[in-house]
Parts: sequence; C-alpha cells; structure tokens
Amino acid sequence: MREDRRISKLAALAASGALVLGLALPASAGVESKDQLILTIHDWTGQYITTHIMGEVLQKAGYNVKYQQADYIAQFAGLESGDLHVAMEMWETTGKQAMEESLKTGKTLDLGETGLFAIEEWWYPAYMKEKCPGLPDWKALNDCAEAFSAPETAPKGRYLGGPVTWAGFDDERAEALGLEYEVVHAGTDAALFAELQSAYQRKAPFLGWVYAPHWAPIKFEGEWVEFPKYTEACYNDPKWGSNPDMAYDCGKPRGWIKKVGWKDGADKWPCAYEAVRNFKLDNDTMGNLIAEVDLEGRKVDEVVLQWIKENEGTWKSWIACSQ
Amino acid sequence: MSVTGSTRALRDGARLNPWLAAWLAALVATLLVYQLRDAWPWAVRYPRAWNVPLSVWISDFMKWLINDFDLGLFTFKELTRSLSWLLDWPLVTAKGLLSSGFSFSSDPSASIVVERVSWVALIGVVAVMGYKAGNWRLALLVGGCFGYLAVFGQWDSAMVTLSSIVIAVPLGVALGLFVGIAGFRWRRFEAAITPILDLMQTVPVFAYLVPILFLFGFGPVAAMIATIIYATPPMVRVTMLALRQVPDEVVEFGRMAGCTSRQLLWKVQIPSAQPGLMVGVNQVIMLSLNMVIIASMIGAGGLGFDVLSSLRRLSIGQGLEAGIAITLLAIALDRLSQAFANRPPPEHRRQELSWAARHPYLLSALGILVVAWAIGLVWPAMHIYPETLEITTGAFWEELVEYINVNFFDELEAVKTWLLLHVLIPVKRFLLQLPWVAVIALLALAGFQLGGWRLALLVACLAGFIAVTGQWAKSMVTVYLCGLSVMFAALIGVPVGIWAARNERAHRVVQVVIDTLQTLPSFVYLIPVVMLFRVGDFSAMIAIVAYAVAPAVRYTDHGIRQVPPHLIEAARAMGCTRRQILWRVQIPLALPEIMLGINQTIMMALAMLVITALVGTRDLGQEVYIALTKADTGRGIVAGVSVAFIAIIADRLIAAWATRRKRELGLA
Repeated sequence: MREDRRISKLAALAASGALVLGLALPASAGVESKDQLILTIHDWTGQYITTHIMGEVLQKAGYNVKYQQADYIAQFAGLESGDLHVAMEMWETTGKQAMEESLKTGKTLDLGETGLFAIEEWWYPAYMKEKCPGLPDWKALNDCAEAFSAPETAPKGRYLGGPVTWAGFDDERAEALGLEYEVVHAGTDAALFAELQSAYQRKAPFLGWVYAPHWAPIKFEGEWVEFPKYTEACYNDPKWGSNPDMAYDCGKPRGWIKKVGWKDGADKWPCAYEAVRNFKLDNDTMGNLIAEVDLEGRKVDEVVLQWIKENEGTWKSWIACSQ
Repeated sequence: MSVTGSTRALRDGARLNPWLAAWLAALVATLLVYQLRDAWPWAVRYPRAWNVPLSVWISDFMKWLINDFDLGLFTFKELTRSLSWLLDWPLVTAKGLLSSGFSFSSDPSASIVVERVSWVALIGVVAVMGYKAGNWRLALLVGGCFGYLAVFGQWDSAMVTLSSIVIAVPLGVALGLFVGIAGFRWRRFEAAITPILDLMQTVPVFAYLVPILFLFGFGPVAAMIATIIYATPPMVRVTMLALRQVPDEVVEFGRMAGCTSRQLLWKVQIPSAQPGLMVGVNQVIMLSLNMVIIASMIGAGGLGFDVLSSLRRLSIGQGLEAGIAITLLAIALDRLSQAFANRPPPEHRRQELSWAARHPYLLSALGILVVAWAIGLVWPAMHIYPETLEITTGAFWEELVEYINVNFFDELEAVKTWLLLHVLIPVKRFLLQLPWVAVIALLALAGFQLGGWRLALLVACLAGFIAVTGQWAKSMVTVYLCGLSVMFAALIGVPVGIWAARNERAHRVVQVVIDTLQTLPSFVYLIPVVMLFRVGDFSAMIAIVAYAVAPAVRYTDHGIRQVPPHLIEAARAMGCTRRQILWRVQIPLALPEIMLGINQTIMMALAMLVITALVGTRDLGQEVYIALTKADTGRGIVAGVSVAFIAIIADRLIAAWATRRKRELGLA
C-alpha cells in the first residue's frame, strides 16, 4: 500500500495548496476517510443502477466515491487486495462458488443481501404455448421437442443456455430428466438475447435461459418452465428426484443477490460499510428502473437521481450513522 | 481421399518423385493408425492421463510472483504497482485536459477549477493541425471526423478513449523504437526477441489480462499496459526492417562526414528510415484502437464500454454509432500522423522574422483555444455540445435488421443449414477423428519438405505441446473454424484484390471498405449476425471472415501491382490478351505475395477467436475466455499459447514455401 500513501500525501498537498489559494472545499460532515471508496461496475444495467444508487447515497454523506469497471468474477482478486472496495451484486445463482472461495481467504466480507431476488430458468415466449399446450410443466417439453427444434438439431429440440462460465448445469439437467433437447451455449448474454429478440420478431420457436431482474422478461411476454423444485439434495444426491442415478433432476435454485466488500474497508469506513449493509431494494422497483433505462432509453444517472429524489426517507435511513 | 486422387498420386509416384512417395506413405500410415484405433486408442485420442499439468504450475508460479517474490528492498508487486502509479500520471493529465477537467482535489464533488478543452476548440485545433500537416482537404477530413463525435453525442466517451490513446500510442512507439534499435544493433538480441514478438502478437489478449490485473491493479493503467503489449510488436519489427533497409551509401556518407555512432543513428539512419517507421506508427495506432473494446472490459471505459453496453441492450444502432466513432478516430489519427511524416523538410528562413510570423499555426491553435474558452464563459453551448442538437440514426438500424429478419430469415436459414450440414459439420468431424500422432507426423513431414529438419522439429514440438497440455480436441475445433474461415476469406479476398489491382476506382472503394472492416469493432456486427443466423459456429465464421478478409485483399492487390512492368510489357509484345497476362504472368508472379496475405489472414482469424467465443464457439478461444472469467492465470496462458503455436506453425510453413517459391521465380 506504499503507493496509496504516496497518493494520499500528494492529494493532501494539493488540497492544502487549494486552501492557501483560498478555494473553498465542499463541506463534508466528518466522514472517516476521504480516500477514494471504489465501487465496481459490471456490464449489465441492473448492477449499474444499484451501484450508482449506493454511490450517490455515499456521496451525499460526503464520501469520495469512484466507480471502476471490473469483471464480475475477476473482481475478487481486486477486492481481496484492496484495489477495489465494494461490489453491489453477487448472485447466488452465478457467483456463489467464487464468492465462497474468496470469503475463505479472510480478505473479503459478506455485506448481506440486497433484497433483490434472482430468478433464472428455462423460458419460452407466450406464443409457444399454442404449439405446446402442456407448458409450463416440464413434462410437456419432450412432446414438443419437434416444435422447439432447429434444422441442425431436429428431431431434438434446441435449448439455448447461458454462457458456460455462468454454471447452470443445463447439459446435466437435460440428461438427468431425459429431455430430448440439445443444449447450445451462448457465449454471452448479449448473444442470447439477440437470438431471443430475433425469434420474437418472427414469432419463431425459442427456448432459452432467461433471468430476472432483467429487461427481457419485461419486454417479452413469456413464462418460465416449471421443473421439480430445487433443493440442495437434488444437486448433491443422485438418489433424489425422478432419476435415481443422476443429480440435477430439478429446476435451478432461485436466490439472493449479495453485496461483497474488501475486509479492511470495514475498519476504514465503518459508517459507509454500514450503509452498504443497509441497502435494500425489491424486484419490482428494480424491474421498473431497468425498464426505464433499457426500454425507454433514459440515462442511468437521470433515473438514479430521480429515485434518490423520490425516496429520500429510504436512503436516509441507510446512512443514518453519518448524521 | 478419393480414388481418383490416389490413382493420380500413384501414377506420379511411378515417375519417382520422392516427396510424393513420402506423402503417400504418410497418408497410408495415417489411415492404418485410424483403422487400428481399437487396438491403439492412445494414438487417435490423446489420453487424459498423459496430460502435463502445466496450467497448474503457471498459476502457482503467478501466485508466488504476486505474493512472495521479494527483490530485497521491495517486492515484485510493489515494483509493478509503482510502475502503474507512475503511468497513471500522464493518463490522469490527458484525461483532465480532454475529458474531465482539473479540480486539483481527489474529491470528485470538488468544483472544477480548470475546464477541459471544449468541443469547438478541439475541432478547431485538429483542423489547424490537418492544415499544417497537409492541406485544407485533410483539415476538413479531420475536423469532420471530430465533428461526428460531437453531433452524434459520442463526445464524452470519445474523449475518454482519446486520452488513453494519446498516451498509449507514443509510449508504444517509443518502446518499439528503442527495442527495435537494440535488435538492429545486436543480432543476438534480435534472435532473442523474435519469438517473444511472435507470442505477443498471437497469444490472445484475454490470456494475459488476468496476470496484468493482478500485477498492475484494476483500472485504466492495466488496460493501457495490455494495449501497449498488443500494439507494440509491429513497431519493433518495422524499426529493425526499416533501419536495415537504409542504403549503405547513405550510412557511408554519414561516416565520412565524421558522425559518431550516436549521431549516425539519430541524424542519418532514423531520418532516412522514416517512411518505413511511419508504417509502424500507423500499425500502433490501428492496433491500439482495435483494443478499445477489450480494454473497456477491464476498466478503460469510453467508447468501448458504450459499444458493449448498447449491444447488451440490443441497441444495434447506438452500438454502431459508437463503433463508427472508434473507426473515425482511427482514420483521423492515422491520416494526421501520415501527413506529418510526409511533410517536406522545413525551409531555412531568414531569422529576422518575428516569433509570431514563424509559428502561424501554433498561434492560431492557441487563439482558437482562448477564444473558445472566453465565449464558453458566457455561452455554455460552446463548451458542451447541446444535447438537443445531437442526432442519432439508431432507430433506423434496428428497423432495418428487424425488416431483414422478418422478411428474409427463411432464405438465410436455408443457405446456412445447407452449409452447416454439407461443409461445416463434416469437416469438423473429420478433423476431430484424425489421430493426433499422425497429424504431428504430417506436419513434421511438411516442415521437412519446405524448410529442412529444423523446421520439421519446430512444428512437431509446437504441435506436441498442444497435445501434451491436453488441448488437442479444442485445437482441432479451432483449426476447423479458422481453416474454413480462411478458405472463404481467400475465395472472396483474392478475386476482390485482383479486381482492385486492375481498376483504380475499385481500388479506392475497396480500400475504404477494408479499412472500416478492420477498425470497426467486430462486436458491432456480431450481434446482428447472431440475430439473423443464431448462436453457433456459422455466426462465428461470418464474423471471422469479415475481419480476416482485409489482408487477403490488400496483399493480392499489392502483389499484382508489384509485378515488374517490363515482364508485362514483354507478355504484351508477345501478343498476350489481358486475360492471359493475368493468368500466365501476374498471378503466378504475385503468388508468393498472395500467400503472405493468406498467412496474415490466418493470423487475423486466430486473433478473432476470442471475440467469437462471445457467441458460443467451443474452441481454444472459449477456453481462454473461461479462464478470464474465472481469473485462472495458468489455464488462460496455456490455451493462449496453444493458439499462438497454431499461428506459428501456419506462419513458418507458409513463409518457408513463399521464400522457396520466390527464389524459384527469381524475385527474391
């Protein structure tokens, strides 16, 4: 952390220089440290919004907030070393393993749930129900395999899974449940939703992995397939469920979205960390905010500021410790 | 293998061509190994138990390097972090100047004391630079490019991108120049760095992003370092080549004039090598802008981030506008740097002229800055381009793609399905079933025929590395995807190149098209392609062909234009028709050059692999991408090096062939 000290020394020098010149510095109600508190941003809108709401609240309390782009999983290296400080969205469905590994190092902290609820499952557009009336029950899938097929997979159906890195165990699920489907992996969710939009425009067959909170289930009318309900035993114990020889014969877990932080930051900015812990939103609020940005094309900052203005009571209670 | 092929081979073999006999024997042996696949399964499919856990070793080494390596006074990580702290300064300064302004405080809520350069002023300044370096047409072009940024609402992001480019490019050029000079001075140094340069150019960037993040921290500096690693190698190569090509007479003259060796280098050799060096500068600029998207994934922000985030929302039009902004920045910077390099040497003027009269351009640029700043104080539109005047064509592009999608999907689908079932899938199956032992042997045989036993040993070792580290199946998928893409790129690119070489107007149009294809981020057209052709190998192949076709066109065009005119004269004198001249004289003589173009096409195709992994291919590119998202250093580097080795095998074999052929044609 040698450089950090050097930077802060220089910053102090610059600040004192500014004072000598008689320039007023903004009044900041006694925050613990004026060092940059770095929040990570990733590449999906929802995370961008939660992070900017948090950042805006911290700034109002006088903290020196910086946003830094970082990869969703690769950021743990930075959170452990203190290069990055707070990550606002770690999904149980996609990031649980990486998060647990990182917590084990003792260098990161679990900062609690965001109140948002991750749903991800096999999804189809509403018009497919005409061609496959048995849905949303998963048992209907095999009867409709032909309807969901593509030339290169026929007579098997085609299921477009999420990126391989967002472990979803779809290959295993298809095999365990005896589904006559070929699992194709999209490299990124951008490619996946491009295909969904294309199919939707033509009212063509589509069966793929869709998650919420996200703009897609808001923009496109459709439903999630209902698999046998997820339990931990289903993933760990082959004997569980309809297939006695294989695990994964059930749906996907639905789960929390948590905040994670650099451990030493809790000593450096106790009140800011408290505020991050207090941060809570629900899926409806989030869905509406995402829709305003992605579907109506408004700017993130604008949408965030409007929320801040309209919900003063909510966020003031998060940051109560600074008053 | 068809029957006619083998009988023809037999007939030729009867004429006692030893190479043909050797190839025939090798192919028969391959077939034999394949037939014996039940007895010797290890010869067909590389056994998992033989894998060398190199990726684990690399990851462990990396951990040690970051956590424990102590250089005595400080640790290795402290060293790299200080370096990134140092590099942060110019970056922050450039960003303050162009993008954020200066507040002289680490607190972002502090008010800005010095405003950034306004859009009017910057457009004015680049136009003056264009006029100084070239003429009013260049001024108009450069000013127009920057005008686009303001009018289409790309200004803020473009300035973030520009501020990292204006630091990364000079650093890359300077670094490349110095390493190149060292390579020029000491042959042994050149021999040592050549393989490193090969790796720097062919290992996919994603493979080394993770270690860079560990060592240099998250943020724009890490992104800039990755950009420099990627963009510098051509500068090194070009420097060595250009310095060697300085005519001996010039160097002799410098020596006779009594130059010291330092004077000789800086006053004689480098100035006379300047046109060549500028090719390197151009490459550094182009490659740096190529990196904008990837750099934005690890925190550089700017236009790259805009492209990615609009495409995630499927705002194709917005993504395209941001992508075009990157292309226009590349064009403006490239044309400006070319013009500055090609300026005639300064005339010696009489000294009595005043300072102002000697520097009219500098003065007018300063004037623009001051005037724009002053007007900006009372009229804010001068300073920040008013949002109400911004235009966008976004909706148009989305409607266009939707129209094509709804009306022509079935036709497109039919073509795609036919190609998939009759070309792509059979080739993939064939390659995956080839015994790895036989592939290595055939490669070695090709190496031996084209370049002797040293080349044979090299290609066998490189291919062996891929097998030993357990990458064989994914490598074969890579070879299939790239091989077919290169074939299609050649089928399109070579005829277009021939056409452009023989028709001046076509030449100009084609130039613009391939320049755009090379600088427009491929992600921009990848998403519409996925909408029309769905996720899978076919979409990936279209993207690879679009990106990799450029060198096939360029080199063919160049090769045919380079055919000595007296040979064409001679052919014409003998009464050849235009068609005969093309087929009997121009194409055969240009073939070595065309093959080098194909070689470059292969390199570009391999470079695109990582991007196509984003639309779901299952090859080495995907392996590298997975390693990136899991922050697994070893896995990424091993897969990345395997990609590089495929590239190097192809490069060495083709280059050996081209050299031999050139010698036979008397061109070398």
